[in-house]
Amino acid sequence: MSGNSTKSASTVMYRSPGTGKRFDWFVVVNATFLIVVAVLCVLPLLHIIALSFSSSAAASAGYVKLWPVDFTLASYDFTAGREGFWRSMVISLERIAIGTPLNLLLTILVAYPLSKETQHFRFRLVYAWIFFVTMLFNGGLIPWYVTIKQLGLLDSIWALVLPGAVPVFSIVLLLNFFREVPKELEESAIIDGAGQWTTLWRIYVPISKPAIATLALFSMVEHWNSWFDGLILMGNPVHYPLQSYIQTIVIQMNFGSMSRDELLNLALISDRTLKASQIFLGSLPIIAAYPFLQKYFVKGIVLGSVKG
Amino acid sequence: MHLGGSPLHFAQASEEITMRSARTWRELPFHLMILPALLLIAVFSYIPMAGITIAFQKFIPAKGLFGQQKWVGWDNFSYVLELPSFGQVLWNTLYISSFKLVLGLLVPIIFAILLNELKNETIKRSIQTTIYLPYFLSWVVLGGILIDLLSPSGGIVNALLKSFSIEPVFFLGDNKWFPATLIVSDIWKSFGYGTIVYLAAITGIDPGLYEAATIDGANRWKKAWHITLPGMRMVIVLLSVLSLGQLLNAGFDQVFNLYSPQVYESGDILDTFVYRIGLLDAQYGVATAVGFFKSIVSLVLISGSYFLAYRFAKYRIF
Repeated sequence: MSGNSTKSASTVMYRSPGTGKRFDWFVVVNATFLIVVAVLCVLPLLHIIALSFSSSAAASAGYVKLWPVDFTLASYDFTAGREGFWRSMVISLERIAIGTPLNLLLTILVAYPLSKETQHFRFRLVYAWIFFVTMLFNGGLIPWYVTIKQLGLLDSIWALVLPGAVPVFSIVLLLNFFREVPKELEESAIIDGAGQWTTLWRIYVPISKPAIATLALFSMVEHWNSWFDGLILMGNPVHYPLQSYIQTIVIQMNFGSMSRDELLNLALISDRTLKASQIFLGSLPIIAAYPFLQKYFVKGIVLGSVKG
Repeated sequence: MHLGGSPLHFAQASEEITMRSARTWRELPFHLMILPALLLIAVFSYIPMAGITIAFQKFIPAKGLFGQQKWVGWDNFSYVLELPSFGQVLWNTLYISSFKLVLGLLVPIIFAILLNELKNETIKRSIQTTIYLPYFLSWVVLGGILIDLLSPSGGIVNALLKSFSIEPVFFLGDNKWFPATLIVSDIWKSFGYGTIVYLAAITGIDPGLYEAATIDGANRWKKAWHITLPGMRMVIVLLSVLSLGQLLNAGFDQVFNLYSPQVYESGDILDTFVYRIGLLDAQYGVATAVGFFKSIVSLVLISGSYFLAYRFAKYRIF
């Protein structure tokens, strides 16, 4: 027993100076590999950004790699001059302005009662199942579409906001967060005569601010990125949010909505640089916010997957 | 329990009633809090579920949901089964999603273990943040990037291949390449997410285990195999089981933005199929039937996966 421990102690003494000095190939190869993969992940984006600032001639000749060639703002000028771009940008912002607060409000209001013990809220499990079932089963695209159509919501901002207004997964995350709130806080509030509403807004919400901020961020990203609902629920392209608008130009290559003058202008810049600029603009808010909100972006998934 | 009791029993009973009504009164705010969300999911989740009846109708949109539609029994289903493309679509869906599932599991695990070996926190965090970025971009944006990048005429990838004198590859237009392109680009978008989840799991491993292993003379590989991997086991089981529920989701957003008629053969999946026959060809009944099939199979898969997650990882959603 004691001989054994002396042996391992001597191994440590023997090994540690060695590993310190020896050139460790694994560390170098591993770090290089990881850095290369990470760079490869963002290179496509950098290439597109470089394209969007390059002249159409340089772009079509294939000169552009990762830095703009013949720097020009032509494609951005063109985009800035398009009424449709600004209109759909406003719709996207409107969607976030209505959609995210609504998502958060409903998440908080449902998560709180469901975080209670069954002895304090007898119907907890009934409600939990009603919400949970929507995660297991859905009617599919067509009945969903027909329902929204029949409600007369097509071509209205509410069609983009209401159908997804209750984010069940966020509710699950937040209710698990609420459960971790110390019971003493709530008990002392009740003794002070606070009702459930006061307890929720004065104690639970302030204490869960980091979690709620993360959910808010994810909700904003989701509203910004959504394009399919806009595409099918907005009959008239003037109601498209930005991602749907970009989808029709970049993916469907549908220039039908352009006027004759615009088409003439388009001939001056290349189709390729124009698309590149649209792609960049479509991702700009996220890329711009990303470094600053990194913490919350990372917290979001840790919250989501390995919850308590 | 006696019938017709003494006054004492009556007193107890009435007290019970007052208590119960006091309790109901106390719980009233909870019901009110839930009410708005309940109405919304009733309208936007439960009514569409009832709308599955469309699958059994010759649905005429003008008459509306729950209107006087003509019932056709299982006709829409047998029509779908006779479509030669349906089998292909189902196969494509399973093929694409199983590859995404398996690689989507393996790549982040490997990456998390390798990242964990980095001792420099700044580099580690920068890599982590960088690989996570594409996850937050929409498939419209990523699709647009891929279309440009992979274009056989002038795309930078093919320009690169050409410099090695390799023939241009039409990644998005060739049935041989399309599924692989979908799988790889999906990993590109999502592996950063998985990596962070697994890294979080690794952080939870007791550092004492590593120290003990070092003293016992275990090398890096042994430690990864005997400590890191088992330490991640719960999360691995959980994520793989939960992802099984997504077997019929081959990635609508991605496929929709990348495919074109010449790759329907290899890239058309259930969701895009439903979209085209339903919303483009306006065959509502047929499309709903396909959607219903998908929903039922998914219901079994998702319930099964939650059950397994509960059994093996003590995962409870409520």
